[in-house]
Amino acid sequence: MSYETVIGLEVHTQLNTKSKIFCGCSTEFGASANTQVCPVCLGLPGVLPVLNHKTLKHAVKTALALNCSIESFIKFDRKNYFYPDLPKNFQISQYDRPLSYKGHLTIKDKDKTKKIGITRVHLEEDAGKLIHEGDDAASSYVDFNRTGIPLLEIVSEPDMRSPGQAYLYLTTLKAILKYLDVSDCDMEKGSLRCDANISIRKKGDTKLGTKTELKNMNSFKGVKAALEFEVKRQIKLKEKGEKIMQQTLLWDEKKQKTVSMRTKEEAHDYRYFPEPDLVPFVLKQEEIDTIKNNLPELPEARLSRFMSEFKLSVYDGNILISDKYLADFFEECAKTYKQYKNLSNWIQGALSSELNNRKIQVKDLKLAPLELTKLLKIADEGKINNLTAKTVLTDMIHTGKSADTIIKEKNLAQISDSSALEEITDNVIKDNPKPVGDYKNGKENAIMFLMGQVMKQSKGKANPKMVIEILKERIKNA
Amino acid sequence: MSISREDVKYTANLARLELKDKELDILSKHLQDILDFIDKLKSVDIKEVAPTSHVLPIKNVYREDEVSRSLKTSDALKNAPSKDERFFKVPKVIE
Repeated sequence: MSYETVIGLEVHTQLNTKSKIFCGCSTEFGASANTQVCPVCLGLPGVLPVLNHKTLKHAVKTALALNCSIESFIKFDRKNYFYPDLPKNFQISQYDRPLSYKGHLTIKDKDKTKKIGITRVHLEEDAGKLIHEGDDAASSYVDFNRTGIPLLEIVSEPDMRSPGQAYLYLTTLKAILKYLDVSDCDMEKGSLRCDANISIRKKGDTKLGTKTELKNMNSFKGVKAALEFEVKRQIKLKEKGEKIMQQTLLWDEKKQKTVSMRTKEEAHDYRYFPEPDLVPFVLKQEEIDTIKNNLPELPEARLSRFMSEFKLSVYDGNILISDKYLADFFEECAKTYKQYKNLSNWIQGALSSELNNRKIQVKDLKLAPLELTKLLKIADEGKINNLTAKTVLTDMIHTGKSADTIIKEKNLAQISDSSALEEITDNVIKDNPKPVGDYKNGKENAIMFLMGQVMKQSKGKANPKMVIEILKERIKNA
Repeated sequence: MSISREDVKYTANLARLELKDKELDILSKHLQDILDFIDKLKSVDIKEVAPTSHVLPIKNVYREDEVSRSLKTSDALKNAPSKDERFFKVPKVIE
């Protein structure tokens, strides 16, 4: 039987503000435990929370970028539950009137586009952090630095039909949040978290099946893997005629499987009621319009522009625009270098792998775009070959020197002098009679071996195009 | 609307209150009185009245995004029933 997968995602992302949502404590990541706490975020009696204006602006900006309607009357509610990471025993959140609702974002699945509905976007405060590994095995330790960090909750409609689409939704959403400059979206630091609801149904059915909720995924790949595992698990149950239980499951990254949570912990009855300590907020249409008119170019628009302006494919365009800084870098380079496809290849290939190796982000890269385009021009002119150009690029990033300087210092200029190349080529032909014979007998690939030998003897400096020509000519005339 | 002893037990548990049988009897009656009173309130026509979320006629009270001084960790931990250096210590909450 064939099944359809139905997925909805709930994303929590920390907004990048200097101070917390309802008090002036710093939000700086990595501070020593319980150094960024005050009576407000610790929930001591008699304190009064006051909303950080920037969090509301960030929230509205995000909601507008996700095509949401903005609620004219905004209020906060208390969500009540007991857990040691929550000092007040309630979380200030938004319940029946979220600040925005009914939006969508568009994902590009290969050549197809698909709209994913956004149910709601609302503001709330983060909880503290529990540490379970300490001196005392019977205790947990609480750090309240994270309590009160502004969070944006973004809930999607159950519009995704595969784990792959869920992955695309997350990367698209992340790109939007980064372009808006409202969040770092660093899953490793926990500044972006994602829970998933997933169910399956017979193809053609319109009624939703029983869903399970997946938690504890700490990367986008983890989300995809957890969903893939869950699809298989649910189908297996259905095929055996067993019932799928509605429950919360935790993703075990090490074992690559979902495990059941104790039911006790999911029995929630949050008893929401309006937060009496915060006054309501009413946004004027002009304020909303100002934010709307100042939205930056978003990834989707940028992709279309990259495809038309630089004649790039969807694939290339998507990779470049997925990271705002990578796209900025590309665009800066494109001002002085017009071989756009080649530029895109270099940025996606050599430059990106160098960044990965060094574990640095594009935004922290010390290489000026103009220096990269100078290097590419030198390579295009044939002064150095591509292989050498790659090592020069590595050196440039490492030392901060210009391409010219490195080529001069290391004597890397390509040998394009035919008499010098002929001498090396002749030696290689003499020393390798078998490959030469193979080539003569129609084994075209043999020439690549000979070419490799020439490159080796020239220490990688030979002009490859000339070498091939000389080799062919010399063998033919031999 | 009528409230059962089980409802009261459940509600008490949500608030982490442990009630004796006698207390359950008394509180069930009190809660029933409250609910009866709410039933009475329900008879008022409030179609034209917006739900009250706040009693004061003020709105849009913000603070700017500026960092102010936090408590010293030792002060933050002063009221903690159990602590360990920089941390609040609680009974283990994971299996």
